[in-house]
Amino acid sequence: MAVLDTTIDPRTPSYLENRGVMLERIAELEAALDSARGGGGEKYVTRHHARGKLLPRERIELLLDRDAPFLELSSVAAWGTDYPVGGSVVTGIGVVEGVECVIVANDPTVRGGAVNPYALRKTQRAGEIALANRLPLVNLVESGGADLPSQAEIFIPGGRVFRDLTRLSAAGVPTVSVVFGNATAGGAYVPGMSDYTVMVRNQAKVFLAGPPLVRMATGEVTDDESLGGAAMHATRSGLADYIAEDERDGIRLARQCVRRLNWRKASSARNALPAPPKHDPEDLIAIASADLKVPFDPREVLARVLDGSEFDEFKPGYGTALVTGWGELHGYPVGVLANARGVLFSEESQKAAQFIQLANAAATPLLFLQNTTGYMVGAEYEQRGIIKHGALMINAVANSKVPHLTVNLGASYGAGNYGMCGRAYDPRFLFSWPNAKSAVMGPAQLAGVLSIVARQAAEAKGQPYDEDSDKAMRAMVERQIETESVALFLSGRLYDDGVIDPRDTRTVLGLCLSAIHSGPIEGAAGYGVFRM
Amino acid sequence: MIRRLLVANRGEIARRIFATCRLIGIETVAVYSDADADAPHVAEADYAVHLPGNAPTATYLRGDLIVAAARKTGADAVHPGYGFLAENADFAAAVADAGLTWVGPPAKVIQLMGSKIEAKARLADAGVPMLPTYLDPEQVTDFPVMVKASAGGGGRGMRIVREAESLAEAVASARREAAGAFGDGTVFCETYVERARHIEVQIFADTHGNIVPFGERECSIQRRHQKLIEETPSPAVTPQMREDLCNAAVAATRAVGYVGAGTVEFLLTPTGEFYFLEMNTRLQVEHGVTECVSGVDLVQLQLLVAEGLPLPMAGSAPQIRGHAIEVRLCAEDPAYAWLPATGTLHRFRVPEVVAEFRALPQPGLRLDSGVRDGSVIGVHYDSMLAKLIAWAPTRHEAARLLASALTRTEIHGVATNRDLLVRVLRHQAYRSGEIDTGFLDRYTEVFAPLLSSVDAVRVSCLAAALAGAAARRADATVLRSLPSGWRNVPSGAQITVYDGPAGPVEVGYRLHRAGDLAGWWVRAVDPEELDLAGLGHPPVTDDHPAVAIVEAEPHRVVLDLAGIRLTFRVHRVGDASYVDSPEGSVTLAELPRFPEPAAELTDGSLLAPLPGAVSRVLVVSGQRVDAGELLMTLEAMKLEHPVHAPAAGVVTSIPVSAGAQVDTGTVLAVLTPE
Repeated sequence: MAVLDTTIDPRTPSYLENRGVMLERIAELEAALDSARGGGGEKYVTRHHARGKLLPRERIELLLDRDAPFLELSSVAAWGTDYPVGGSVVTGIGVVEGVECVIVANDPTVRGGAVNPYALRKTQRAGEIALANRLPLVNLVESGGADLPSQAEIFIPGGRVFRDLTRLSAAGVPTVSVVFGNATAGGAYVPGMSDYTVMVRNQAKVFLAGPPLVRMATGEVTDDESLGGAAMHATRSGLADYIAEDERDGIRLARQCVRRLNWRKASSARNALPAPPKHDPEDLIAIASADLKVPFDPREVLARVLDGSEFDEFKPGYGTALVTGWGELHGYPVGVLANARGVLFSEESQKAAQFIQLANAAATPLLFLQNTTGYMVGAEYEQRGIIKHGALMINAVANSKVPHLTVNLGASYGAGNYGMCGRAYDPRFLFSWPNAKSAVMGPAQLAGVLSIVARQAAEAKGQPYDEDSDKAMRAMVERQIETESVALFLSGRLYDDGVIDPRDTRTVLGLCLSAIHSGPIEGAAGYGVFRM
Repeated sequence: MIRRLLVANRGEIARRIFATCRLIGIETVAVYSDADADAPHVAEADYAVHLPGNAPTATYLRGDLIVAAARKTGADAVHPGYGFLAENADFAAAVADAGLTWVGPPAKVIQLMGSKIEAKARLADAGVPMLPTYLDPEQVTDFPVMVKASAGGGGRGMRIVREAESLAEAVASARREAAGAFGDGTVFCETYVERARHIEVQIFADTHGNIVPFGERECSIQRRHQKLIEETPSPAVTPQMREDLCNAAVAATRAVGYVGAGTVEFLLTPTGEFYFLEMNTRLQVEHGVTECVSGVDLVQLQLLVAEGLPLPMAGSAPQIRGHAIEVRLCAEDPAYAWLPATGTLHRFRVPEVVAEFRALPQPGLRLDSGVRDGSVIGVHYDSMLAKLIAWAPTRHEAARLLASALTRTEIHGVATNRDLLVRVLRHQAYRSGEIDTGFLDRYTEVFAPLLSSVDAVRVSCLAAALAGAAARRADATVLRSLPSGWRNVPSGAQITVYDGPAGPVEVGYRLHRAGDLAGWWVRAVDPEELDLAGLGHPPVTDDHPAVAIVEAEPHRVVLDLAGIRLTFRVHRVGDASYVDSPEGSVTLAELPRFPEPAAELTDGSLLAPLPGAVSRVLVVSGQRVDAGELLMTLEAMKLEHPVHAPAAGVVTSIPVSAGAQVDTGTVLAVLTPE
């Protein structure tokens, strides 16, 4: 076993500069999280509390086992859009009665918990995670249904939420819902489609149509409690399995449901008390280069993430721009692929393809640490078959069946994003460091390409090329691409599962690896035809 | 020669006697009641005989059963210990009649000393100094006087009378109490001395006419005429006075033909005169302090004398070395009228004990304990759990050692008088030797709990919560190696709600990723608002830089409090957390995070105020009662406690019946007020 050493010196200017820049990014992340934690704002939060009701994160805290960790997912959903950060729902993975569960909690302080396009994508993503990893799903429901102004974006795709709930159940992944307030119209199908439902007395309102709509439709004059109160559903309709006296009691009953699932994880950590890394995780905020163009050694990250800083490198002398090797993380074995020098060449691609197959043969999950500017370009590399070799790697990644975890540590550009298991390649979990960027190419390159193409078009037509407008165009494009490449923007679009403080990398990955092992781990039986 | 000894007793004194037996090769026989089946004294004896039942009158006071047990087990001697049958002349006679060796004075001496009036008369003739005594209350001229029961003991039947008008009534009530308690209503009056000290002399007499005094003990720290702290030598006794006391004790011993271990009790006035009080014809509870300073095993001497051998130190009193102080650690709450406490003693651990049940080879702590971890403290017997003795070169050192050891003793599960003992030992008046039998009445500050500050309680609560967190993490079945309570988007805090010494408190804490404290609070919670504990509270702010976690383990938490490291030992049993630190001990009962909604008490429920037995039920279900009407009575610790209707109404249920054992908080009756 090889123990990774470190060459980082906290007294160097680069350390301090890297750290300074990362702390700025972390401060931006914290500001975004503050906004998410603020829900619908102080006024609505105060009003909600005054009604004796709990905020979604308070409900979650109460649901979780005490002192157990909780990973919130897609926390900054809708960042950079017109919708509130967080998207009117809180999702995450936590431990309930010793069972790792996916938890989805509507935030009723954000427009009554109404589902906007980002809330929908976030909820669906949580459902995907529950299904892919076989994690029981607990819904803490209080939502006015669809956000009507944006109904065009959510009504038709939104039906999938209910389909996914019952498909989870069909796949043997239990679902529990606790209704704290409104769950009306389509929303009524969340409890409707759950294996277990709990409703809170005098709070739950679960009906297809409320009193005004019923009156419009049939002329019947009735009230909330008769149409969909907890007592009615617990004694008449049978939609509620349990009636809770108050919110805390509702959480108690949800925990009781989970306790009685007799849930068994498919497998557990090989080592319940793994050795922590030998090097200080605090350094993780000073490893990523302040300037994305400067590559850094991912072994410095692995030395602060892997158990005991132990890492057995595979093919250390071949294709050295990509580091591959084996280690354990919170007791779970992982195969690691990490960019060491940005660019992927043919050797790196072939090495990756082989390594991914080995991991599949051994049913070992893979961890991708992205810091890539893409596959090498240029005549020489094209002639030596960089596409063919890149295709080998992408084929292996695409058809790999072991769970993948991806963390963008810095850059994720071009097809490198694909080869290093970007979002489109369905890693089980994908997180970004706050400094990370991702785009088809770098802003300057993209603007330059546009400029060259425009200049060539002008030349072809024999027109003069306006250098001033070219300059303005390039600046504008660079700004736009820069804005659209940053971690918070991409996370806001649900292109990852969250932006994380680098110091939490080991914890986040450990939690995800444990979640993954709730379900079986199997390698691929076959791949696409490898072009040789 | 005694081969096999039956000890007609229980608890620490039985263990004490067995310990000497083991040292000198005598086999041991224990007797035990139902409640004592698992008691340490039973486990330590070679043979044990069951005395069915629990009440002393059915068990340890049944001389016939005990003699039968001795016969059945082949015991050839009986030691009565103290209390129970120790000063029962009939029992002593029955043992001798059964052909067994009685480890104690002859029955006729016990009988004589059992009557204080007769004993005083006999000893006055021998020249032992006596207080003015009046057999006829009419003759009393000088006040104050003490009314005493002739057959009394343990403070019962005693009354102080300060003026002539109250005398008749005091005599009448003392007579009633004495008749009830001892079957003999004879009382007498004795001049009462203010600020008197209790001094006693340990003597030993053999069957060869040798009498050896072992010096004095002072037992002035008393509660309700019962000794609490004893020591030797007395800081009030000069060498000359010691000689006079010993001579008086020897004269008294000789005058009655005494044999064995005995104690002659004197009253010492503030002006230095001493007067005979009574003679105890048994080994005293506090014999251990004498053993410490003399180096002599008094139980061994008792056995030697019982075997007819002469005292080895005949003719010369043993050399006294240093100073010894004993405290009686009792399961009782001094601040609440000494109310006996019951429950399971989950842990009883005294630090750095040098020896148990025997004279110490070097200065230090001696422990004579009747309990062990897990002992159940019931209502049937004496509340004394253990005696702790410190022996040191000087009185100051002994007091310091004893106070410190008591402070660090872990006593979990049962309330005790520990804090009071520590406060007395550290009291300036005690330290300077200015003590008398009114000490506890004069210095009421010693009744305050020991904890030094409100902050000590707060920080102990935090330590308990952090230990609980560590325990939950250690027991986690998944994600065990991840940081405790980790959040990538922190918002709330971890909450524990305890019922503490001053009512419910909520502890909130949040940890950073590396396990250091990000924030914490401890605040009182209105019992009515318990449902809301931990909810709707603003996130923990990072404004407590003064406390840092050095170490947090399930049983041990080390905190840095503004630069001072403090170690808390945390012992959790079920919902209870016992936190011990140099700041004192705190007992916390964790309240459930999710109370069952149906667990609420019916309005109008009357709860048992203390553990005991229901003696009489005077109403039936459905009966209408007036406010203040007596509904039932509880008997606990030989006292009858009435249970009255708090308001007029109808009794809707009575879940208990006469004879039922109840714990504190048991529902006795439910009353629907009108």
